[in-house]
Amino acid sequence: MKALASLFATVGRSTLAMCAAIGQVAIFCSITLSHVIRPPFYIREFLSALLTIGYFSLPVVGLTTLFTGGALALQIYSGGSRFNAEAVVPQIIAIGIVRELGPVLTGLMVAGRVSASIAAEVGTMKVTEQIDALVTLSVNPMKYLAVPRVLAATVALPMLAAVGNVIGIMGGYLVGVARLDFSAAVYLRNSWNFLEAADIYSGLVKAAVFGFIVALMGCYHGMSSDRGASGVGRATTNAVVSSSILILASNYLLTELFF
Amino acid sequence: MIELRDVRKAFGKNNVLRGVDVKVARGESLVIIGGSGTGKSVMLKCVLGLVRPDSGTILLDGKDIRLAKGDEYLARFGMLFQNAALFDSLNVWQNVAFRLLRGPSKRPKRKAREIALEKLRRVGLGPETADLYPSELSGGMRKRVGLARAIATEPEIIFFDEPTTGLDPIMAGVINDLIREIVKEMGATAITITHDMASVRAIADMVAMLHAGVIKWIGPVREMDTAPDPFLRQFIEGNAEGPIKALR
Ligand SMILES: Nc1ncnc2c1ncn2[C@@H]1O[C@H](COP(=O)(O)OP(=O)(O)OP(=O)(O)O)[C@@H](O)[C@H]1O
Ligand SMILES: [Mg+2]
Repeated sequence: MKALASLFATVGRSTLAMCAAIGQVAIFCSITLSHVIRPPFYIREFLSALLTIGYFSLPVVGLTTLFTGGALALQIYSGGSRFNAEAVVPQIIAIGIVRELGPVLTGLMVAGRVSASIAAEVGTMKVTEQIDALVTLSVNPMKYLAVPRVLAATVALPMLAAVGNVIGIMGGYLVGVARLDFSAAVYLRNSWNFLEAADIYSGLVKAAVFGFIVALMGCYHGMSSDRGASGVGRATTNAVVSSSILILASNYLLTELFF
Repeated sequence: MIELRDVRKAFGKNNVLRGVDVKVARGESLVIIGGSGTGKSVMLKCVLGLVRPDSGTILLDGKDIRLAKGDEYLARFGMLFQNAALFDSLNVWQNVAFRLLRGPSKRPKRKAREIALEKLRRVGLGPETADLYPSELSGGMRKRVGLARAIATEPEIIFFDEPTTGLDPIMAGVINDLIREIVKEMGATAITITHDMASVRAIADMVAMLHAGVIKWIGPVREMDTAPDPFLRQFIEGNAEGPIKALR
């Protein structure tokens, strides 16, 4: 009887904790959005966030999608050859990268890189009272820290994903031409003609949503970081884990929506 | 000018402030003393709205601060945080001039830098420090940059959280003189937290001792040495024995 009660208590507690966390994130999100449209705007912060989030993520995103495109070419070839459909490699790669893997891989890599660094930076500012100092200097921390980063990530991710798409298709192309004896011109023509505008748009919209999630989670966990270095460490981990999960979950929902 | 009435604050089970009543008049310098962890910093943060008290009222010029407009209210204050709280991403002069570079008191960059250099000079830092980053400074230098930032816009009310800890005795003397000067010349109202009794005597008009979540003693600095309060006596004389239990 007692064991049963404590089981219910545990389940109840964690359910409540989860609801509370969802509520807090929702509140944080709506506060951020409400500050996006109200001045003052911190342009410098936005530009520097754009640089760190967008530009400096290029190598990571490029390498990831390049190798994935290459591996995908081999896999699809070996799968396709079972029913004599090897020729479909360029088309499947194009659609797979542009609609799915480009944005998702970009999102996940940026989640690891950017949401961790945002959470660590903002968390450190929280525990060293820099956020309190911002408030006393009449600067709203949401406006100064969260809004520029969230906006920059939302703008940067589609661009990164677009670059990732091109490089991913190039990865498939290189393997296709070098290893699988595709003709270069045919490969490119097949990739290009097969894609529709909606494929590209839907992938980029996804990327924008992932960017929003990544920066929002970084800022949220940073600002709610506990005191001390271990608090910042925990905030960083939570930011990466929660943004990765949210990216994959929202990816499914968005795919269902565009289906 | 600033009045706290029965202010209470607990963090979980930790009852930090248990009914603080204190009043500071315009142009007066109040020094708060008290053991480590008694809630001195929390008290200042309550006034600045960084910590929301569980109950009690805080009045500025007789008006409840909960009704005040955030930006206008905070523009009247300067705050030196206990650990300086400099912005890592900005260099020294940009830290000092933070408020002069944005918002309503914004001015041209050159002018802002000029003012920042002047404030740095007043806390004993030369122009060569202006372009360093906070991570390149020593603890005492950081504190002084924090001090320069707190006074940069010449606010009417300034809070100093341990302005002289981590400074050598000579520099501590300079800072004490500076705080005295700011109160005298600019007519600012100051609340200073310190553990340094020399500082107390140099800065204070009024002294308040916080212990066990309440103001145990408050009075003019000249009465401090003759006051019979045993808690105050133990604190001033630095005795290990007395009504305040030091765990060993
Ligand atoms: N944000 C917070 N969350 C939880 N507890 C806090 C918080 N801020 C302060 N405390 C607790 O409140 C108590 C008082 O802290 P405070 O920093 O005001 O002490 P203090 O009097 O300034 O001490 P010191 O002289 O060492 O600076 C401490 O026990 C501290 O752990
Ligand atoms: Mg303190």
